[in-house]
Amino acid sequence: MSNYKSKELVSKLGPLFGLILLIIIVSILNPSFLSIANIFNVLRQVSISAIIAFGMTFVILTGGIDLSVGSTLALTGAIAASLLSSGMDPFLTIGISLIIGLILGAINGVIITKGKVAPFIATLATMTIYRGLTLVFTDGRPISDLGNHYSFQLFGKGYFLGFPVPVVTMVIAFIVLYFILQKTTFGRRVYAVGGNEEAAKLSGINTDRVKIAVYAITGLLASLAALILTSRLNSAQPTAGQSYELDAIAAVVLGGTSLNGGKGWIIGTLIGALIIGVLNNGMNLIGVSSFWQQVVKGIVILIAVLMDRKKTA
Amino acid sequence: MIQMSGISKAFNGNVVLENVQFELAKGEIHALMGENGAGKSTMMKILSGIYTKDAGEIMVDGETVQFKSPKDAEKLGIVVIHQELNMLPDLTVAQNLFLGKELTYGKTGILKTRQMEKEAIKLLSKLGLTINPRTRTGDLSVGKQQIIEIAKAIASDAKYIVMDEPTAALTDREIETLFKTVNELKAKGISFVYISHRMEEIFAICDRITILRDGQYVGVRNIPETNFDEIVAMMVGRELGERFPERNCKIGETKLEVRNLTVNGLFQDISFKLKKGEVLGVAGLMGSGRTEVAQTIFGYRKLSNGEIFIDGKKINVKSPIDAMKHGIGFVTEDRKTEGLVLDFSIKDNISLANLEKCSSSGIMKKEHENSMVAKYIKDLKIRTSGPEQSAKSLSGGNQQKVVIAKWLGTEPEILILDEPTRGVDIGAKKEIYHIINQLAESGVAILMISSELPEVIGMADRVIVMQEGKLTGEVNKEHMTQEVIMQYATGGEQVV
Repeated sequence: MSNYKSKELVSKLGPLFGLILLIIIVSILNPSFLSIANIFNVLRQVSISAIIAFGMTFVILTGGIDLSVGSTLALTGAIAASLLSSGMDPFLTIGISLIIGLILGAINGVIITKGKVAPFIATLATMTIYRGLTLVFTDGRPISDLGNHYSFQLFGKGYFLGFPVPVVTMVIAFIVLYFILQKTTFGRRVYAVGGNEEAAKLSGINTDRVKIAVYAITGLLASLAALILTSRLNSAQPTAGQSYELDAIAAVVLGGTSLNGGKGWIIGTLIGALIIGVLNNGMNLIGVSSFWQQVVKGIVILIAVLMDRKKTA
Repeated sequence: MIQMSGISKAFNGNVVLENVQFELAKGEIHALMGENGAGKSTMMKILSGIYTKDAGEIMVDGETVQFKSPKDAEKLGIVVIHQELNMLPDLTVAQNLFLGKELTYGKTGILKTRQMEKEAIKLLSKLGLTINPRTRTGDLSVGKQQIIEIAKAIASDAKYIVMDEPTAALTDREIETLFKTVNELKAKGISFVYISHRMEEIFAICDRITILRDGQYVGVRNIPETNFDEIVAMMVGRELGERFPERNCKIGETKLEVRNLTVNGLFQDISFKLKKGEVLGVAGLMGSGRTEVAQTIFGYRKLSNGEIFIDGKKINVKSPIDAMKHGIGFVTEDRKTEGLVLDFSIKDNISLANLEKCSSSGIMKKEHENSMVAKYIKDLKIRTSGPEQSAKSLSGGNQQKVVIAKWLGTEPEILILDEPTRGVDIGAKKEIYHIINQLAESGVAILMISSELPEVIGMADRVIVMQEGKLTGEVNKEHMTQEVIMQYATGGEQVV
């Protein structure tokens, strides 16, 4: 039993070694990877997918899945853009968008718990609904006349103490979520619901409430990502965020969180998102064709999962 | 006949078997007994080729054999029937019986369904079971599935059948049928290894008993020449004393009262009172609705009718959260599916029902949690390498103690225990009885559901008996005998 902990540590550190190895390979093949400008570039890109993946970690820890995050991002991004272009105060816009994200997520949670629909099916449906609503809302056209709000532009393009604001946002989100997951009763309940829902219920945990909360958190984070994206592009695309759910799931899985729920950690998700980000950026730098990039990404995910299986076998 | 001698086995330097011997004669039922962790299952896994031995010799009919895989053991007719049955619930009986050994037209892979169904009927009727072979296996009782499992073993020409806790989930009636089947097969020269914690059953059906302790061979006895006390002493290596420890208890006021409790389709009109400091046993066959009554009191099922009173006040329980607020704790029947989060550590499991207590404004207080957990590990004598050990890696008895600890943390005034010692070895059983006694002595009202009649009689002050969703009797301490309880449980039929 004494090696129980060390074994666990090794399996947890696996993704980190993978990331370091990847960085070494990429920087040997193209030393410009390590330039400050490029590193900031990678981190800025990662920040959006990582923030979504953080939420996905909560959902997956409860044994669920959320396919609607990309559509939630598109819808809340479009709403934020149209509010801004109608001249609304940027801070109020940010607040309203976040609340709408929270509500969209909570709707998923309510359908899953009260309607007793499997998460995959429920969020597959809302993914389509939210995407459709985005298209209806934008009439299928991008919204790009956002006005000139310095404070909103800061969100995606600004710097704070020399670091890109999206990266700072990601780090703050990470710290808060890490704290919630590891140090609060809510975090413990999230793990318990995924580990054994029956036992959690019989221990006096309101499992429905926990589940609704994790989907709401995921919706909130998707809308946070939407704000960063909208600010960075200075426009909202109705097709934004397509297949983001898959990148988020990939990041969670790369980080070693079990799709069966109950096992995993959010640091792993951060590492997973970084692996995908470095891989994307590195392949661009090395000049791998975008067609081959997909093949490589898929293979990396497979290798990571297979190695994880070996360790647990 | 099988002779195993000098068997040793170690995992990563951890010796689990040392120079152990075991013998199984033709047409014999041989019990293998020992506390959890004594090495019974490792021994049987070596016999069935799942593990390879480090040292020692296995002889079958006088010839030394080497098993490299379960296939090798199967070829010699050695089959294991595991506690968790290997039945696929959605397949038919015939499909399960021939799983992996389907009859086909040559090598085509096309199934001879008709013929398999005919064979299945033949096989099962030999064991006294008449079932349509097209029945979905999951729709059958566990007892019938068990017999199908035996039929499957016989179909593959088994000569030696290892049964691991075969009766754990069976009703008394089903146990009777199982024993009849086993005895018939024994008369035909088939040998059985019988692993069980239930002493009564071993004395009822076995010819010999081999006892292991801490991975070592203690001895073998002929059943007619030994007794309960000797075997327990051999198992624990010391005199255990009274099987059910004395309780010194003042029974107080009525704590819990239920009136006309009904859940449509499950049970009707259940009324009883439970007093402070009292242990009220709930007996009945499996499926008689005992667990469902407990779940309803705990707010896990919606009641259709009836009232629940605590301290004379009517309460409304809509969820386990409500029940816990009223001081009710519930040690559930199945610790693996309902009691524990297996991947959680001991610590996290114990604090699961006590999160409010271990936190302030939603933030966990480590010191609170650690000291509470340390207290219960010590009080309940949970044998572990530390609070961070995963619940999965504990023995059954220690897992059960973790579940109990979880509920003690809530400081319940009413504690419902559903099969508190199922699958728990004899040493840990006694420790659990001690805990129950201490709780009762401190004034906790205890409702104890149990299928083990000696346990009910040994522990309860009073027992209520259920049959098919109805309360059929109440028996006081003085009148408690297995016969009386069984009569109520079976609806007055005489049990043989």
